[in-house]
Amino acid sequence: MSDKKRLDLEYSQLESDRMRINVGPQHPSTHGVLRLEVEVEGEIVTEVVPHLGYLHRCFEKHCEKMTYPQVLPYIDRLDYISAMNNEWPYVMALEKLMDIKVPDKVEYIRVIMAELNRIANHQIAVATFGLDAGAFTPFLFFFRDREYIIWILEKMSGARLLYNYFRVGGLAADVYPGFKEDCLNIVKQVRKTNAEVMDLLIYNKIFIQRSANVGILMPDVAINFACSGPVLRGSGVKYDLRKDEPYSIYDRFDFDIPVGTGEVGVVGDCWNRNIVRVYEMEQSCRIIEQAVAQMPDEGDVKALVPKRIRPPKGEVYMRAENPKGDLGFYIVSNGTDKPERIKARGSSFVNLSVIPEISKGYMFADLILILGSIDIVLGEVDR
Amino acid sequence: MENVNFLYDLLGRNIISVVLVISLPLMFVLVYALVAILAELKVSAWIQERLGPMRTGPWGIMQPIAEVVKLIQKEDITPDKSSKLLYNLAPFIIFTGAYAAFAVIPFSEYFVPAGINLGLFYIFAVGSISAIGIVMGGWASNNKYSLMGAMRSVAQLISYEVPAAMAVLSIVVLASTMNMQEINKLQTGWFWNWFIFGGPGTLAKIWVIPFTLGLGLIYFISSLAETNRVPFDIPEGESELVAGFHTEYGGMKFAMFFFAEYANMFVVAAVLTTIFLGGWNSPFNTFMQGPFWGVFWFVSKAFSVVLVQIWIRWTLPRFRVDQLMYIGWKVLLPLSFICFMAISLFVMLK
Repeated sequence: MSDKKRLDLEYSQLESDRMRINVGPQHPSTHGVLRLEVEVEGEIVTEVVPHLGYLHRCFEKHCEKMTYPQVLPYIDRLDYISAMNNEWPYVMALEKLMDIKVPDKVEYIRVIMAELNRIANHQIAVATFGLDAGAFTPFLFFFRDREYIIWILEKMSGARLLYNYFRVGGLAADVYPGFKEDCLNIVKQVRKTNAEVMDLLIYNKIFIQRSANVGILMPDVAINFACSGPVLRGSGVKYDLRKDEPYSIYDRFDFDIPVGTGEVGVVGDCWNRNIVRVYEMEQSCRIIEQAVAQMPDEGDVKALVPKRIRPPKGEVYMRAENPKGDLGFYIVSNGTDKPERIKARGSSFVNLSVIPEISKGYMFADLILILGSIDIVLGEVDR
Repeated sequence: MENVNFLYDLLGRNIISVVLVISLPLMFVLVYALVAILAELKVSAWIQERLGPMRTGPWGIMQPIAEVVKLIQKEDITPDKSSKLLYNLAPFIIFTGAYAAFAVIPFSEYFVPAGINLGLFYIFAVGSISAIGIVMGGWASNNKYSLMGAMRSVAQLISYEVPAAMAVLSIVVLASTMNMQEINKLQTGWFWNWFIFGGPGTLAKIWVIPFTLGLGLIYFISSLAETNRVPFDIPEGESELVAGFHTEYGGMKFAMFFFAEYANMFVVAAVLTTIFLGGWNSPFNTFMQGPFWGVFWFVSKAFSVVLVQIWIRWTLPRFRVDQLMYIGWKVLLPLSFICFMAISLFVMLK
């Protein structure tokens, strides 16, 4: 009897139910083992709490027990979608510390490799973003093209995904015959598929309805959260280390930095973040074309690779523009062949931190799209 | 007018013939579902520049059978804290709903399992049964994704039944019968006698052609939503809800959901064929017209509609749940109502 009375009282104060849903770690759309604790009211997201650490593998501590060349394969495994780009800031940091000036040919090959890998990364990013919106076919179009890029990278390094190709002061292997033609062919193919996907997905009315005006990241918020890469540029901030802090030989190329313009939707929404990646593929194609034309044929890519890497005492921080944003390595050397400390600044981790900020008040289906537009790789988030 | 059924004519009305009449559509559904699954695999492969399944049989045509065998072999799991009875009942209820609709579908001039006069009404009535099954399955699974999928699915089914019913009702006004066999007989002759082109009649029907064309489109879009197909596959939207209301189902029970989905696809395609595309009539007057050819025309027309559904699935992204409601209530419903009014006016003035 008393129970019934209590219930009667509470009926008047009933509010609509809020439900806490656990998205991940085994969820098809979290792009890895990310776990999002989501509170929804009906379909509206009221709170998102990302839980990390399901893929943590003690990268930084592990590095302290290994020699410098042994660290390199682990760096591939941070952002495994764009492993070539990952290796670059690390070898550049060591080259800076050891004062090695790498030959021109090596620089050109590095640029081509990095830009090819950038295209491959953006293809996956746009493809999976489309997949999150329910478009399956562009996903496979992009994967078909990515296969050709991977063939080039495989011929160069011997591996399809985790290349271990860059060396301090050089590269693991020289180019193979016919490398330049392969690069130019892939550029053609990438442009063709991009034009196709523009029609099929990007300017599709349903896709625009889904992704425009969703997950708006204001430029000041993006800067405060230290976002970088397409996430920052999608908000209209023209910031790219290749232009703003030119490393390697990027000052020799003519290319633009695409930013979100609000052509559809508003600046900083999912659609603009996504289109930046598509435009960046075109810019990477331009860089590859120029690099292939300028690349010297003569030169030994392994000439300056030191037999033992034993950098002098000191510390160095080097960063480069990864497809997903700034990737920086802070290396403290104690004069031995093992690093004292390596700290990685991963862009996926930093970019992921805006999710709770920009996904409140949108629908549950939008949350998945927002996560897809941020383009994270859990290998880099958890390290 | 009495409906002709060749089995009753042949065997008389006894238990054997009744069982045969009942089981013929079931045979058809099973074979059709296998063909449709293969079509889905192969069409998606061709759209995406793949080969599709190639290992099972020549060109992989045995793949659906292999998949069904795999599903049958799987362990039959009932989640621990689920509501056992409802959980186990749901797939059968959904399949029953899908299969029951076959009772009034006229396959040929001489074969319709039950030629009742309220055929169209009956289809809409039993079509809603699947909503109950979906809620049962989603709620009984004791899974939040399933529950959300079920809620979305029911909201969607109920919303899109209104414009679909509106579209069908307009044709009923035009044909002044709800008997599907009668509607088919009205459309005999050249293809411009089909109701999508205004139905039979004098040249005056030119005024209703835009409306009937629009209604055909409205019915097709609504039918996509009713069968949870892309771009309206929100209840099963795998990117957010894993698999929607059947997340927890596996093995044979999942296969039942699967069969029901494909059976439902055929039902809506069959209704579209019957009331808009002339059913078992040949498009070219007496050319290849007849009871046997009727089956051919009917099945090929309906299967073409199914192929269009598959084609759309592999082309378009998915709507969001609020956009789906917007389209249902604010676009399709007013449009179908306008068409309904126009056609009613035409019939009154005729």
